[in-house]
Amino acid sequence: MSEFLVEYLPIVVFLGIALGLASVMVLASWIVAKQNPYSEKLAAYECGFDAFDDSRGQFDVRFYLVAILFIIFDLEVAFLFPWAITLSETKHFGFWSMVLFLGILTVGFVYEWKKGALEWE
Amino acid sequence: MGFWEGYVLPAAILIGWILVITVPLMIGMALMTWFERKVLAAMMLRKGPNVVGPFGLLQPFADGLKLLMKETVIPSGANRAVFLFAPILTFTLALVAWAVIPLGQSESGIWVLSNINVGVLYIFAISSLGVYGIIMAGWASNSRYAFLGSLRSAAQMVSYEVSIGFVIITVLLAAGSLNLSEIVLAQKGGFWNWHWIPLAPMFIIFFISALAETNRHPFDLPEAEAELVAGYFVEYSAFPFALFFLGEYINMIMMSGITVVLFMGGWLPPLDVAWLNWIPGPIWLALKVAMLLFVFVWVRATLPRYRYDQLMRLGWKVFLPISLAAVVVYAGIMLYAGWLPGWREAR
Repeated sequence: MSEFLVEYLPIVVFLGIALGLASVMVLASWIVAKQNPYSEKLAAYECGFDAFDDSRGQFDVRFYLVAILFIIFDLEVAFLFPWAITLSETKHFGFWSMVLFLGILTVGFVYEWKKGALEWE
Repeated sequence: MGFWEGYVLPAAILIGWILVITVPLMIGMALMTWFERKVLAAMMLRKGPNVVGPFGLLQPFADGLKLLMKETVIPSGANRAVFLFAPILTFTLALVAWAVIPLGQSESGIWVLSNINVGVLYIFAISSLGVYGIIMAGWASNSRYAFLGSLRSAAQMVSYEVSIGFVIITVLLAAGSLNLSEIVLAQKGGFWNWHWIPLAPMFIIFFISALAETNRHPFDLPEAEAELVAGYFVEYSAFPFALFFLGEYINMIMMSGITVVLFMGGWLPPLDVAWLNWIPGPIWLALKVAMLLFVFVWVRATLPRYRYDQLMRLGWKVFLPISLAAVVVYAGIMLYAGWLPGWREAR
């Protein structure tokens, strides 16, 4: 167990160093440069006009739909990873069960295609 | 085991390793911005940067110094903490993904920071997390352009992530391991053994998806200078902006690196002969990555930008069905022809 974890230790250290490096660079720029903020400079950029209202309003539901479809297919991919590695063990049984599983997935994919979930005109 | 041999020495070696990865990466990234401008200029019959240093080589460092001296503007409507954390996250993730890329090999072992047995999964997870930096930047800026840019960018990245996933599955079928060094070693014996020939269609899909995943031309809609003025980082200035810029270029180098590891034999020389094997692995890896980066720039100079509906159609209606079918076809062929790699011992 501990040997298994030791392989991940460099990644954690690397993560810490990278975070530190990025923070130091932002901080250095903050300290070195002259800061002179005023309200016009700090206004959100909208082609020279004052912003009408808060930008966090409604947005197209299709972005949300893409996110949902992504979750389905990405889980699929994560599920296929161990299958791909062990196919030489599970052989025909493993292959045909995955074909069945992907077949069901394809039916769902065809349905969403026909429903127009993938249309962006 | 004393304090020095037990803790200080391993820590020093570890930090040395991390520097060995980070420093060339930062220099390579700086040279990449110079290289991109030079190649673009040559393709447009211009000269490109040629004032700062020989051949303008010091231009990227001058740019970095300039950004360091600029004022950090945080918009009044922004969430300050999230606004500042987003570029830090983007940069960190771009850097950390390099922990598992194998750089070479000697008698004593593989040259890699962390030789974990689920390297592919790690890369996949880190590149998925990359979306967070962009969404956070777009949300925290509280600007319409940034918000729209980040939504577009996130939708684009997740769309192409799916086909990248399926393409990786076909590589796993051919290599029989999730460990990146073993994937490279499965391609031993000359360039005809690299995965790019048996998996040629997958190689092409992977490279085009890599362009979309890094928001590069012809899929640079999130930036769309003409409509969104720069997309999700329109409100950023000084070093937070530089971190996005750095992160984007390191990501480009990283996607090229992964392409090389999965399809082009990683650190292996193109021919398995003695005098080519004598050249160390990192040089071969760097050469192959540089070649792919040239293609990135070449594509940028050549192709016009996609429309957003075309981009989504390509991702969901062309690449996804093709790669999904390819997984089944490749698995079937390999199973029935008996080409599956034998079961490797669990490490």
